[in-house]
Amino acid sequence: MVSTFLPFILLLPLAGFVINGIFGKKLNSERLSGLIGASAVGIGFILSVAIFIELLGLSPDARSVGVNLADWITAGQFSVGFSYLVDPLSVVFLLVITGVGTLIHIYSMGYMHGDPGFSRFFAYLNLFIFMMLNLVLADNLLLTFLGWEGVGLCSFLLIGFWYDRKFAGVGILWTGDAAKKAFVVNRIGDLGMLIGMFILFSQFGTLNYGQLTQVLSSGAFFPGGSDLLTAAALCLFVGACGKSAQIPLGVWLPDAMAGPTPVSALIHAATMVTAGIFLVSRNATLFTLSPTAMTVVTCVAATTALVAATVGIVQNDIKKVLAYSTVSQLGFMFVALGVGAFTAAVFHVVTHAFFKALLFLGSGSVIHGMHEEQDMQKMGGLKKYMPQTYKTYLIGAIAIAGIFPLSGFFSKDEILYHAFNDSGPVLWVVGALAAFCTAFYMFRSVYLTFDGKERFDHHHVHPHESPASMTIPLWILAVLSVVGGFLGLPAIFGEHVHLLHSWLEPVFAPAYKFYSQHHASHTTELVLMVVSLCIGIAGILTARRVYIQKPGTADKVAARFPAIHKLLWHKWYMDEVYEVGVVKFIWMTSQSFLYRIFDKKIIDGMLHGIANATGAAGRGLRQLQTGVVTNYVTLFVLGILLIVGYLILG
Amino acid sequence: MTQTDLLAGLAIEIVSIFALIIMLTDALVERSTRLCETLSIVGLLGGLAASAYAHLTMPGQTAFNGMIVVGGMSTLYDAIFCGAGIMTVLLAREYLTRVGGMFDEFYTLLMMSIAGMMLMGHSADSMPMFVGLEVMSICFYVMAGLMRNKLSSNEAALKYFLLGAFASGFLLYGIALVYGSVGSTAYSAIAAKALSTQFPTLFWVGIGMMIIGLGFKVAAFPFHQWAPDVYHGAPTVVTGFMSTAGKAAAFSGFVGFIAPTMASGVPGLEKAKVILALLAVGSMLVGNITALAQTNVKRMLAYSSVAHAGYLMIGLAAGNAAGWTGITYYLVAYLFMQIGAFAVVGILERENGGNLTVDDYRGLARRRPGLALVMSLFMFSLTGIPPFAGFFGKYYLFNAAIQADLTWLAIVGVVSSVISVWFYLGLVVIMYFREPLGEMEGGEASISSRTALALSIIGTLLIGLIPQAIINIAAR
Amino acid sequence: MIEQYIPVIAMIVTGILFGVVSVKAHEILGPQRPNKSKETPYESGMEPVASAHERFSVKFYLVAMLFILFDIEIVFMYPWAASFRELGGFALWAMLLFVVTLFVGYIYIVKKKALKWD
Repeated sequence: MVSTFLPFILLLPLAGFVINGIFGKKLNSERLSGLIGASAVGIGFILSVAIFIELLGLSPDARSVGVNLADWITAGQFSVGFSYLVDPLSVVFLLVITGVGTLIHIYSMGYMHGDPGFSRFFAYLNLFIFMMLNLVLADNLLLTFLGWEGVGLCSFLLIGFWYDRKFAGVGILWTGDAAKKAFVVNRIGDLGMLIGMFILFSQFGTLNYGQLTQVLSSGAFFPGGSDLLTAAALCLFVGACGKSAQIPLGVWLPDAMAGPTPVSALIHAATMVTAGIFLVSRNATLFTLSPTAMTVVTCVAATTALVAATVGIVQNDIKKVLAYSTVSQLGFMFVALGVGAFTAAVFHVVTHAFFKALLFLGSGSVIHGMHEEQDMQKMGGLKKYMPQTYKTYLIGAIAIAGIFPLSGFFSKDEILYHAFNDSGPVLWVVGALAAFCTAFYMFRSVYLTFDGKERFDHHHVHPHESPASMTIPLWILAVLSVVGGFLGLPAIFGEHVHLLHSWLEPVFAPAYKFYSQHHASHTTELVLMVVSLCIGIAGILTARRVYIQKPGTADKVAARFPAIHKLLWHKWYMDEVYEVGVVKFIWMTSQSFLYRIFDKKIIDGMLHGIANATGAAGRGLRQLQTGVVTNYVTLFVLGILLIVGYLILG
Repeated sequence: MTQTDLLAGLAIEIVSIFALIIMLTDALVERSTRLCETLSIVGLLGGLAASAYAHLTMPGQTAFNGMIVVGGMSTLYDAIFCGAGIMTVLLAREYLTRVGGMFDEFYTLLMMSIAGMMLMGHSADSMPMFVGLEVMSICFYVMAGLMRNKLSSNEAALKYFLLGAFASGFLLYGIALVYGSVGSTAYSAIAAKALSTQFPTLFWVGIGMMIIGLGFKVAAFPFHQWAPDVYHGAPTVVTGFMSTAGKAAAFSGFVGFIAPTMASGVPGLEKAKVILALLAVGSMLVGNITALAQTNVKRMLAYSSVAHAGYLMIGLAAGNAAGWTGITYYLVAYLFMQIGAFAVVGILERENGGNLTVDDYRGLARRRPGLALVMSLFMFSLTGIPPFAGFFGKYYLFNAAIQADLTWLAIVGVVSSVISVWFYLGLVVIMYFREPLGEMEGGEASISSRTALALSIIGTLLIGLIPQAIINIAAR
Repeated sequence: MIEQYIPVIAMIVTGILFGVVSVKAHEILGPQRPNKSKETPYESGMEPVASAHERFSVKFYLVAMLFILFDIEIVFMYPWAASFRELGGFALWAMLLFVVTLFVGYIYIVKKKALKWD
């Protein structure tokens, strides 16, 4: 059944892309375009559930099915196919992508209503789903890379979907610039990933995940690993950093908010940005063999989680708050990977997909109702006008803040627990601080948007609730955000209650061999849970005090600590550093040296020189052709003399 | 003379007899052009059929006391010669009538020259090779001067005759020297006895002379200077025929005596290889670079044919099996693309040499879109761009050079191909992206000309798509 | 090896010597007193009346060439005729082929009026 369904899951979105992309304009029907786009993914979701159920019926060790659709590249010993691997890990991602994807497709039918590029939008979304599925279902790095590049392309196309709109940012004027920024920054990561692939291929002669894991877990590299393995792991991590917006390659994600909100929800929150987590999880064995790589992952991730969370506190654009929140949450996931808690990372990917998609779609609903207004300073008191949106948004905020028993609590708590257990209190404190900030900025956004005084202009703006096609997906995601946590109940609730852990066990078993996890007592676990719950509540209460009970506190605090406020307001000056250190530098080098001197003088000079010399040689040789037979014979005889002379004397 | 001998040489005999019949027809029948045309095609098809029959029934067999050989490459040569002949006949009447060179002797000469070529292609001995070469050459001298009211045509004929006679002398002298040193004219005997010859220097000077003589016939540098003048002055259909079938015949003779010599391992072989390689380099570079500076399309193609002789000589210099099959394949490919290109030139050409300069081709795509497209295909193929036949031709030859440790030669070949891009694709650019300078006169091409063009295109594409088929025939 | 060539070399040397010696000896030995009539092309002949570069009708060449062609035919026929019996039927047929081919050519030149003088 797996091999029967899988081609459909993959090819339906592709077919949707082709139909909407080529005939979209001719169809000229939003209903039809939307239906094609959404059903392509929706049917995929149903088939994915069927696959999931079939795998459930198998014994844990048999839950890995390879499907080879076609040969792709065959060169000598090297061969890569369009071959896919359906195993517990890819099925989790498969369900999230098609499930959340379906909801967002339905939501988009309402959100994009009336847009002239309606069919184009669905074509891109379908293409994205196809590429994303290739990424997570591939059984080798090269096919993953194909999907990796494909989702990058779709991300580019969708960020710049409204290419004629202005968008402000450092060095950015148009949405198209934001799209370019995302693309270029991602290329840096992609290069890293490519190099990582080269290293692995040169070492092991294969890019197949199964074969790589087999070679690596044979024990030949344990303990100690090797420098090359560390290099390969770090290169892959550079790729992951690019896609998953980790410092220092995370600068593109906030600007990616230039795209339509459903895109932000699907690509830049729920699915594509988690590709980095997928990549590391897929190659878990490789990473666990290199303690250095794991340490680097942890440090980068913890920094990202905290820095992004602090920046989120001062943002006024509702989508930017969520964007920084996403970066921060991705940081949490990488922290989990860095300490070897792969299951926790995947768990957080799933719950995050639920509540962050919910929050983004909620913010989209707000923006929709406020006539494209995104500045929270110009909102307030919206709960009266948009009750559905308010309720679902609130659920999302509670979930991400980590309040028991919503999903965010369980997944975040598990990460913090592992951070404390496998790394130490320092990492835990960093995580806890970030969690506090998360709760604070999320409720700040709730209060600024839905509570307090109405700060918008009543003459021009008439807030209204969104249509059912948008609120229904919100409610479904809200329910998922509430109950999603029960996929991974902590050990204090009993043995084998962490369903996701037992599900993913066979995938990560080889990695766990090299990276055994500590198990703390139930008491410690309970204490940590309570503390993290308190932190979440504390964040919410602080936000309530600052924005509801004593409005104006925020401005006072900002005035008290101008330096800190400025630092956070300018996002730790990351964009500026890039602008001056990288962009300007490369620009100057290109302008003054590469273009003016290297290209114009050296390359062009060489080419023109060669061309001119050849032309001159042609005109010169033409002189030989005098038309006089005597001269011809002279050359003839000269040739004869040389040949015969060489044969006799040479 | 046994029955087998006659059967083995049947293809040559049929073409020769038809040459005589056409000659009689010309003499005895009034207004015989169309009849001669038909007879030529029938004769050439008969020759093809006989060759195919011999290929299937007696491959690799020799006849006439080891003078001629049947099957394998010689079948392909026959196909090249007869194919070129058929296409030329199809193109000739319309063109020659227009430029004032329509004499029925053309068909006799064409058939006789083809008979000579076939004799060369089949020869396993230097004597029939020389006889074939002379039969072919003498016909060519006359054909080049067919437009007898035109000075350029007369000049072409005279120059070709003078220089050709000069070169034939060297070839014959070379044969004589080789005979003097090994005591035989048969290729196999030459190769076998060369090892034990008492006069290795004499032998190699003889071989060198033969290389010179045949180098002239294939228009290799520095014996190429007749080619631009003759190809330019001769009627275009004749030029197309000479530069493909004539070159192919000379190469068939070349391969015939070089291949056994190369395989024999005679000391001094390296020197011959060096000479062939240098001739190849000189031809490729001089041909392509001089072609850059040409403003007349016919002349440009003439120079480029010098360059193509250079590419083909790479196969000779490589001196391995891959080289021989590479040459044969290239000759087939070259036949289609070069005759096709000259056919287009001929269709466009007006009396008194009109419509021959590059400027006349400006904006051709708008005025004659079909012809421009076809010409572009031939240009792409001549440049060596896949999937056209020219690409695989070059691929096989360069590959042979690399196999023979002559990588540098392959590199020179690639570099000169790059140079050739300028004028081949330059013509395409001019046809498609330049505004015409004035009105272009000229009517439609006749049905038979179109047929010939269609054959060329099909050939160029088909053998580009299934190159292995040609290789398989050659290997039989 | 070189000994085999001694007669050839001797002949070449003799040939060159003969040419050089007879011309040079004449220059050295003979008295030289040139005058106008001695320097004319034909010292004791008729006075030249027109340019020596006279143009002949192409018909002369045509006839001459055709004569040579058919003359050579005899050269091929002679050895065959001399040993006709020994060579047998094969040679008869071969010769017949040769003559027929030439005959076709003959018909051609007659029909094309190549032999007509005016």
